Parts: sequence; structure tokens; C-alpha cells
Amino acid sequence: MLGYYLQLALRSFGRNKVLTTLMVVTIGIGIGAAMTTLTLYKVLSGDPIPEKSARLFYPRLEPRTLGRDVSVDPEPMEQLTRFDAEELLRQKRGVRQAMMSAGSVTVLPEGTAAQPFRASSRYTSADFFTMFNAPLRAGRGWSADDDGARARVAVIGSRLAEKLFGDADPVGREIHLSQGVLRVIGGMDEWTLNPRFYDLRNRRFGGGEQGFLPFSTSRDMRLPTQGSMNCWGSSNTDAEGARGLNAPCAWVQYWVELESPGQAADYRKYLADYSDQQRAAGRFERPANVRLDDVMGWLDYNRVVPNDVRMQMWLAFGFLLVCLLNTVGLLLAKFLRRSGEIGVLRALGATRGMVFMQCLVEAALIGLAGGLAGLGLTLLGLWNVRQQPLEYADMVHLDLPMLALTFALAVAATLLAGVLPALRASRIDPALQVKSL
Amino acid sequence: MEIRPILSTLARHKMAAALIVLEIALSCAIICNALFIVTQRLETLNLASGMDDDRLVEVALSGIGQQTDADARTAEDLASLRAVAGVERVAISNQLPFQNGSWNTSLSLSAEQEVPTLNATQYMFGEGTLATMGLKLLAGRDFNADEYKSNDELSKIEDVSTLSSAIILSKAAADKMFPEGDAIGKTVYMANIPLTIVGVVDTLLRPNMMGGNRTFSVIFPIRMNFSNGGRYLIRVSDPARRAEVLEQALAALDRNDPNRLVWRKQTYEEGRAKYFANDRDMIGLLLIVSALLLLVTALGIVGLASFWVQQRTKQIGIRRALGATKGQILRYFQTENFLLATIGIIVGMLLAYLLNQWLMGRYELPRLPLLYLPVGAAALWLLGQLAVFGPARRAAAIPPAVATRST
Repeated sequence: MLGYYLQLALRSFGRNKVLTTLMVVTIGIGIGAAMTTLTLYKVLSGDPIPEKSARLFYPRLEPRTLGRDVSVDPEPMEQLTRFDAEELLRQKRGVRQAMMSAGSVTVLPEGTAAQPFRASSRYTSADFFTMFNAPLRAGRGWSADDDGARARVAVIGSRLAEKLFGDADPVGREIHLSQGVLRVIGGMDEWTLNPRFYDLRNRRFGGGEQGFLPFSTSRDMRLPTQGSMNCWGSSNTDAEGARGLNAPCAWVQYWVELESPGQAADYRKYLADYSDQQRAAGRFERPANVRLDDVMGWLDYNRVVPNDVRMQMWLAFGFLLVCLLNTVGLLLAKFLRRSGEIGVLRALGATRGMVFMQCLVEAALIGLAGGLAGLGLTLLGLWNVRQQPLEYADMVHLDLPMLALTFALAVAATLLAGVLPALRASRIDPALQVKSL
Repeated sequence: MEIRPILSTLARHKMAAALIVLEIALSCAIICNALFIVTQRLETLNLASGMDDDRLVEVALSGIGQQTDADARTAEDLASLRAVAGVERVAISNQLPFQNGSWNTSLSLSAEQEVPTLNATQYMFGEGTLATMGLKLLAGRDFNADEYKSNDELSKIEDVSTLSSAIILSKAAADKMFPEGDAIGKTVYMANIPLTIVGVVDTLLRPNMMGGNRTFSVIFPIRMNFSNGGRYLIRVSDPARRAEVLEQALAALDRNDPNRLVWRKQTYEEGRAKYFANDRDMIGLLLIVSALLLLVTALGIVGLASFWVQQRTKQIGIRRALGATKGQILRYFQTENFLLATIGIIVGMLLAYLLNQWLMGRYELPRLPLLYLPVGAAALWLLGQLAVFGPARRAAAIPPAVATRST
């Protein structure tokens, strides 16, 4: 029976080429717009570290003074002070934990011909590599002892390794910075987290950091840091300025890995207790105000998916809805034009169900064709996104599930659009139609 | 024109009529809001920075390794840049309008105030920056030569309680602090550092939007150097020669010290265009989708209208045979479409308002001005009439003889 319905549907396409093309194009444009924006949204809102995202937490404290210069803010500071980060790290209340900041180091390549260049780097502590599943290819990360000893060591990314040493093993080699020399103890494979959730104050998508070295070492060498810094008092008295241990400035990111998501409440309690202790000691002035977000919570708080991308998605789905309404109208016109034919079919014994099914098969076929057109337009739309100067441009591709979804959405949407017209067509009164023939 | 027969015909085609109404309503709601967002973005895109944008070129460098006397090297650089042909003025500033990231500070009317009066962006200008940028001084004066201090020297001072400074405010900031318009000569406070207002400039925007404001600026006579975040600003005498001046400026800086990294080199307008790239994309996208929406809606109207004309061929023939003119048939379909469009537009305005409410809540969009509603309505009426014209003309062309045929 289905084969016969398909045959009828195809014949009906041939009879009504303009109307059929119109419907296919409308659905194609609607699906293309919706799938382009949905793919973009999905790429940007993805989980960068799915195996662990529920167990990694970003703690925040409120270290600001009650002074005149600060307005009332319900949210605590987005980053920690160096003092608090070092203290939390020392107290080691999680399974793993790391403090960190972004930096940019100027590398002086060996040989006089080569130009100095900047490499984006991360100053962090020992647990960083295991905690974030960093793909070490050769050598090792550094230990907590190295952190304590301010060891002049570094782990480098594959791109920096290739730039400096070619294909040779970087482990054991030296990197010359303008502030001193670092010994390479580990090499990393290409590592791109999208988004780079552990520090959202710097570049969020694409491109990995190339140099990793102990935070303590970076302070010892006075390497320049990058990212935002918030101060609420003067740090002129500190030899290291705003980056000094006791400076009233928040600029350090801190992550902690817990055994299970359930331990978050305990850790939150610990943070509140820590805040109270600091207040008792006179360092903190405001009442304890702590937050502990897991990876997805932190991404959400930071609005990692730009508002424009969200708005575009809503717009595209609104557009798809109009396209569907249009399809309902056109299908209605198409089916009712065949009233005479349907009347004869009914008079010859076709049931209402049969007429309904035949109309739906026709709608599904249009949906499939629309899906194909939509797929083409989606690919075109995504190609266009990739041409934009966006930091996430390279990541925007259609994967297999989204490809399947494109067709599923097209067929489902057209079927939905076909139900009302099909019902209307199946209720055509045969007697009236046959009489008028 | 008799409306009653039209209404009774529509009542017998409830579903098709409802579809057209709904399609017009949704299009109306989306297009009103989309066009509103477009105008919003266009306004931001065309904001005046306060500077002579087309005359400016910017270069920023950073040194490799410890800089022993960056202030002296900066003075040398400025002198070398001034000597480049086509350069009118040269200055150094910590930031410029329309860039990501900004320096900010809070100002109060008294040193004891609990909550500061405003949060303003903090510009640090070296000598001659006002004239280089082309800022318009509304009242007071530019900084005197003895008021400028070096940022490096300032950061070495341990006892901040001895500090004080002259400042220049943007008009918006001055008006907010002194609504009477008598800001000149008054003292305001940054924490407990007293600052004397010596001048007010018309406009100098904050580099980026912050806390819903981009007009509050305070200018300090603090000289940055190339190594602590200062960027050179070059004013050219002829906008057409900007590229050439930039090239020669880079060569001059390279002669002073070849061991530096240039991290910013562009005409000011290029930088500004990059800052707004996303907004321009969004405008393009919204316009395309709006155009497509209109097209799809028009196609929908054409499709259903043609179907109706075909279905009613016989009735039309009978009306023509009974003496209706071609014009009357044409107007029948036009009126019918006008009625449907009107209902659609009324529902659409309601939807547009609801959609705007939702966008306001989620994406901090302002309220939709009422002006957009009649504009959207007119556009959809016109669209409806255009779309229905073809099918209506075909209907009018049906000969009265049809009435005598059996099908």
C-alpha cells in the first residue's frame, strides 16, 4: 500500500511543480536557518570535559573590604586573591586542586636570526595536568615539591615544541625567556578545550596555551600575567605591586576536583568557614559570601554562549514556524485542489484513513526533499560562519547526529504541517464531489 | 464595497483564513522586533567617539625583557613620530574608545561618601592628547604642563595620601556629578585622593559598555610609556595618507629600538570596525531573515489566494454574468486580503509586544518604541496587497461565459 501511496505522491508532484517546489524551498530555508543556528549553539554550549565536568568546581570568595570605594555587589569576586589561592592550595581540601593565571612569555629562540616571539602560557600548580586530563605525550608534569622550590621547569605544547626544536624530543631541552631559562620536563599533544573553561577571562575558544610552568616560578621570575585584575586598595607598598602575595587584588583562578558532586556541600561549608576565619583574623570585612560552581554552572554564569547566538537561534526557529504555517497553507491548497479525485477514490471504496495516509505520505516526501535542501543550506550557512573572524569559527561543523536531526526535523515538521490539511482532505464528502464531476 | 459577503465566504474557509492571519501575525511580530534590534545596533555603530576618527592612527609596542628607562624611550619615540612626514600631532594614551577592556574608577563628591557618585572610565593622557584626538573642550582648559606626571613615577610613591591631581571630565560625567553645570574648579574624590576639575570635554566615550553606561569618562594628566600599557596615537594631516604614515611610523620606531614587539598597528577606523564586526554580522543576518520572512509570507498569500480563485471560478463567472465589473472582482479579493491582513496585524502587534517583553527580560533589550508598530503594519498591508494582486487579476479575467459551463 505504501508503495502505491508513494507512486501517487510522486505523480502529484509532477502535476503541481510550482507549488511543490515552493513548499520544498520554504521548508529548506526554514530548516537551513534553524539547523545552522542550532549547530552553532550546540558547539558553543558543549561540555568541554564531559568525563569530569560534574566533579570539577570553581570556588569564589568575597575578600573585598567594606570601604567607601566599593559598591554593593551580591556576587562575590570572580577570581581569588593570590593569598587566598595559595592558602586554599596549602590546605588541600579537594582530591586535586590547582591555582592558575594566564600569562604571555617572550621566548628568545636560539640562533641570532630567529625573531623573539610571544607564547601564551599558564602559570599553575602541580595537579593541573591530572585534574584537567591534559594529554602529556612525553616526560611528566611537575610535582608539588617543584612548586615549593620554584623550580625553573616547563611543560610545552606541541606547536611551541615544533617551533623551537622541530621534530626532536623537547624533554630535557632549554627555553630562553628574557627573564631567565626554563628546563622542559614534559611535552604535550595538541590540546584544545572548547571553551577553555578554566580561565574565561582570556580567549575562550580555539588555540591552546603553549607554555605551562609553576605559578611560584612565574612570580619568582616576575613574568607578565594576562587577564582581568580587580583591586580595592593600594598595592604600591608591595615590591611585586598588584601581583604581590598580600595585594588587595583578585586575579587568580582556582579549581578543585572533588570525589563526587555530592561533596560540593561540604566544600561550600569549608569555604564559608574559611571566610569566617579570615574575617576573624581581620583580613576579610564582609560577611561570608561564597560560591562553588561546577564546570557547566560556571560556563552558564559567564554566558559563554554569546547572547547574539542565542537570539539568532530563537529568530531562526521563529522563522521556521512561519515557514511551517506557510507549508500548512500550501498543503491545504494542494490537497483540496484534488477534491474531485479524492471524492472518486472515496466513492470507489477508499476509507478516510487511506486518504489521510496518502496525504501524509505526500507531506513526508516533501519534508524529505525539504530536508535535503535544508542540509545544503545548513552547510552553506556553517561555511559562512567559518569565514567570519570569530574565535570559535573553526569548530563549527555539522556532525552525524546533527545531520540526522536535520532530516528528522524536516520530516517531522512537514508531517506536523500535513496533519491538518490531510484531515481536512479525508473529510471531503464523496457524494458532493462526484455529483459535480 | 460590501464586506458582508466577504466575511461569510471567509467563515466557510476558516482554516485557510486562520493560516494567513497567523502567518501575517508572526511575521509582523518578528519583523518589528528584528528591525528594532537593527536600529539599535546601527545607533551603536554610528556613535561618535568624540575624536576625529578619520585622522588617527594607533601603534602599541612592548619591550623584550626589563626596560631600564621606558619613559625616556617613549619621549624619543614621540619625537621621532612627530618628525614623520604627514604627521600633525602625536600623543600617548592608556586606552581608546571602542576596544575590549577598559580602565575604570569611582568618583565621589566627598572623601567620606559611602557609595560613590559614579563609575567612570579612567583615561591617562600624555601631553597634547586632547588636541591629537581632536576632543572638543566645552569649558575650562586643557592640562598645564606642570600638571603631567609619569605613571611609572606615580606607582613608586608609597604614601598615597599626599597625592592630588587635576582632571578633565566628559560632559556626561560632569553633568551627573554637578547637575547645575558648574563643575569647573570643583573638587571630587577617587577614594580619598582629591581631584580638581579643570575642564569639561563634549564627548569621550568609554572603551566599551560597562554597567549600562559608555559616556562617563575622567581624564588624568598621567603620562604612560610604551612598556606599561601606553599606546601611541598619531594624528595625520590628510586622512588619505594614513597607511603611508603608519608604515613610516613603524620604521621610525624600529630605528629607535628594533627589539620590540608591535602588538597593535592600525588606523583608528580599522580598530573601530573590528570592534563592531559582530554587530555588523547581526544586522546583516536580521535583515536577511526579515526579507526572507516577507518573501515566505508573500508566497503563502499567493498560494492560498490562487487556490481560492481557482475554487471560486464558477461563482466569479456567475457574478460577472450578473453584471459585476472586472474592477469589482479585483477589489473583492483585495478587500478580502486587506481584512485578513488587518486581523493579522492586530494579533501581530500584540505578539510583537509580548516578544519584546520576553527579549527585554532575557537580553536586556530596551522597550520597543510604539512607532515600529504602524511601520510594521503598513509594510504588511502593502505586502498583502502586492501578493494578492496577481491572483486577483486572474480572478477578474475570468469570463462571464464560465458560468454557463458545467465545471
